[in-house]
Amino acid sequence: MTKLIALIDGSIYSNSVCDHAAWIAERTAASVSLVHVLGRRHATGEQADFSGNLKLGARSALLKELADLDAQKGKLALQHGRLLLAEASEHIREKSGIEAETKLRHGDLIEAIEEFEQDADLIIIGKRGEAADFAKLHLGSNLERVVRGATKPVLVTSRAFQPIEKFVIAFDGGPSVMKAINHIAQSKLFNGLSCLLLAAGEPGSDARQSLDDAVAILNNAGINAESAIEKGDAETVIKTRIENDKFDLLVMGAYGHSRIRNLIIGSTTTEMVRSCHVPVLLFR
Amino acid sequence: MNTDFLPKLRAEWLGNIRNDVLSAMVVGLALIPEAIAFSIIAGVDPKVGLFASFSIAVITAVFGGRPGMISAATAATAVLMGSLVREHGLDYLLAATVLAGILQMIAGLLRLGNLMQFVSKSVMTGFVNALAILIFMAQLPELINVPWVTYVMVAGGLAIIYLFPRITKAIPSPLVSIIVLTTISLFIDADFHTVGDMGALPDAFPAFAIPNVPFSLDTLLIILPYSAGVAAVGLLESLMTASIVDDLTDTSSNRIRECYGQGIANFCTGFIGGMAGCAMIGQSVINIKSGGRTRLSTLLAGIFLLILVVVLGDFVRIIPMAALVAIMIMVSIGTFSWSSIKSLKTHPRSSSVVMLATVVVVVATHNLAIGVLVGVLLSGIFFAWKISQIFRVRSELSGDGTTRTYHIEGQIFFASVERFSKAFDFREALDKVVIDVTHAHIWDISSVSALDMVVMKFRREGAEVELIGLNEASETIVDKLAIHDKPGAFERLAGH
Repeated sequence: MTKLIALIDGSIYSNSVCDHAAWIAERTAASVSLVHVLGRRHATGEQADFSGNLKLGARSALLKELADLDAQKGKLALQHGRLLLAEASEHIREKSGIEAETKLRHGDLIEAIEEFEQDADLIIIGKRGEAADFAKLHLGSNLERVVRGATKPVLVTSRAFQPIEKFVIAFDGGPSVMKAINHIAQSKLFNGLSCLLLAAGEPGSDARQSLDDAVAILNNAGINAESAIEKGDAETVIKTRIENDKFDLLVMGAYGHSRIRNLIIGSTTTEMVRSCHVPVLLFR
Repeated sequence: MNTDFLPKLRAEWLGNIRNDVLSAMVVGLALIPEAIAFSIIAGVDPKVGLFASFSIAVITAVFGGRPGMISAATAATAVLMGSLVREHGLDYLLAATVLAGILQMIAGLLRLGNLMQFVSKSVMTGFVNALAILIFMAQLPELINVPWVTYVMVAGGLAIIYLFPRITKAIPSPLVSIIVLTTISLFIDADFHTVGDMGALPDAFPAFAIPNVPFSLDTLLIILPYSAGVAAVGLLESLMTASIVDDLTDTSSNRIRECYGQGIANFCTGFIGGMAGCAMIGQSVINIKSGGRTRLSTLLAGIFLLILVVVLGDFVRIIPMAALVAIMIMVSIGTFSWSSIKSLKTHPRSSSVVMLATVVVVVATHNLAIGVLVGVLLSGIFFAWKISQIFRVRSELSGDGTTRTYHIEGQIFFASVERFSKAFDFREALDKVVIDVTHAHIWDISSVSALDMVVMKFRREGAEVELIGLNEASETIVDKLAIHDKPGAFERLAGH
C-alpha cells in the first residue's frame, strides 16, 4: 500500500472511515488523502413565488436571484467541507500521528474518484452517507456507484471501528476473489492476521482444490489461513459464520453481474454489505 | 459505461417533487390562456391549441433534452400557420405538424442543434424581442373596434397581474385576473368577445386520428414550406429557451436530444388534432421562478392543463377575451429584453444593427426563422469585415534600389483581398520582388488567386518574383488541409 483515499462526508460513518484509514496507514506505511466532494447543487427550486407573472426584465432579475442563492449555499458548503476535512485530519493525527492531505472537490463523487484513484491503492468509504443515515439497513446510493466505478479495491466501513484480527474471504473461485487473494498475499496489511476462506456449497466438491491452492498462497505470505465449505446459500452461510465466530472483516469480489439483473433480483454484493455488520473489502 | 443511469433518471423526474407539483399547477393554468390565444392567431378552434399544449408538454417531458423546460403551442409557430389554415383548412395544418415533427427528428439526426453556435447573442436578443412584438401584435385584433369597456378591462387585468403579487405570491395573479374579469363581465351588459365565441373547446380527451388529407405529392408541396418554417422556428426557440433555462439553473441540457424530443412531440401531436409548437421562453421562466426544475413539472403542467380544460370547459367558455389579452400583453412584456434598448447606446454598432435587423425582418415576414437567418448572415458579414481589418503590408527597398521586399501580415481572405491587391506598387521599376507571407493567414481560394494575380502583375513588369513562407501561410486553408487535426497545428497558426 502506498496511498489510501478516504471519502469523508458529514455522516457518522466519517469517524469510522478515518479510524480505518489510520489503522491501515499505520500497518502499511501508506499516505492518506482525505477527500470530500461537494455534490452538484441539487436542482431544486426553493423560492415560493407562484405569482406566475413576468415583469419587465423578469429573466435577468430571476437569474440574479438564483445565482445569489446558489452563491450563498456554495459558500456555506465550502466552509462546511473545509471544517469536515480539518476535523477528519485532526482525528487521524490524534489516532496515529499521520499527516493526511485533504482534498475538497466540486462536482460528482464518481468523477472525483476517477481523478484521484489513479495513484491510490485503496478507497475507503462509509456504508452510508449523510442522506441515507435515517434508516438502518438502507445503503447509501453512492456506494454501489463508487464500487462499480472504481478500478481499485474499496473498503466499506461499518459504523464503528474495531481493530481487525481475523477476517473471512467469501470464496466463489471467481476471478475477482482470486485477485483479492493475490492482493492480500502481497500486502503488508494482512501480515500476521488469521483468515478463513469460506465457500458455500457441497463439501468435497471441486471447489476444494482451488481452496487449498488459495490457502497455500496465503500461508506462504505469512497469513494464518484456513478453509471451510458449508452447505447453504452464500449469503446466509457467510453472515452466520461472521456473527458466530466474531470475524472483523469480510473480503469478497464485487458485482459480478449486470445492472439489469441486479435491478430485478437484487445483488449479492449489496445484500452482504447491508447485512454484515463488519467492514467489507470489495474487489472487482 | 453509464454507471449512474438510474440515479440520473431519478433526479430528472423525482428530484424536486413538491416544488414541481406546485409549479406545474401555476404553469398548467398559465398555459390555458396562451394555448387559446395562439389557436386564435393560427385561425383554428381553441381546442386545437389546448390539445397541442397538453400533448407537446407531456411528450417533451419524456423525450426532451432539457428538464424543467416548458413546451406547448407557441406564438412563434402559430404565426406561421394562419395562411395555411385559411387556404386549405385544419387537416392540412395537422399534416404539416406531423411533417414538421419528422423534419425536426431529421435535424436531430444531422446534429443540426450544434448550428446554434452561429447564432450570436445579438441575434438571440433580436429573436426574443421580435417574439414579444409578434405576441403583442397578435392581440391587436381584440383591441381595435371594440367597446371602450374592453380597454378598461384589459388595463384592470394588467393591474391585477402586476399588483396582486404584492398582496400574496401564493396564488398566480393571472388566474386572479381571469376570475375577477370574468365575474365583472357577467354583470356588465356590453358586447364582449368571449373564448366561447372563438371556436370549439375540448369536451373530451383527445383521440387519435390521421389527418384527412390526400396522400399525394401536391399535398406534400403545399405543407412542406409551412413544415420547414415551423420546424426551424420551433428548434430555434427550443434551443434558445434551453440555454436560458441552463443559465437560470446552472445545469446543462442535451441539444440533440431536444431536437428529437421536439420532433417526436410534434409528430404525435398532429395525430391527436393538435397544432405544432415548441419550447416557450415565458412559461419556462415562470416554471423556474415557481420552483419547477425537473421533467415532472413539464409532464404535470400538460396533464393539469388538460384536466382543467375538460373539467372547467363551461367556465373557460365565458372568459372574456380582454382577460386573455391582458395575460398575453404581460407575456410579451416579460419576453421582451428591455435591457437591450439600453444597450443600444453602449454595444458596438454592428451588434445593434444585427439585433434590430432580426427584429425588423421578423415583424415584416412574421417568420422568426427568416429573421434569424438574416441576423446570422449579417453577423457573419460584420465579423468578416472586422477580421479583415487585421492585416498590414510593410515593405523595404534594398540598398541598390533594385529589390523590394514586401512583408504581408494578418488575415487574407475574400473580404480583404481587394486591399491586399492594392497594397503593392506595380509602377515601381524593380528587378526583383520578394513577397514574404510567412506571417499571413491565407484562408481561402480568393486569397490564393489574389496572390497569384500579384505575382503575375510583377512578372509582367519584368521583375523576378520570389514568394517566401507560402507553405506556412496556406496551412490555414482549413477545409483543404484540416489542420486542426494535426498536432502542433495551433502553435504553428498562432506563431505566425
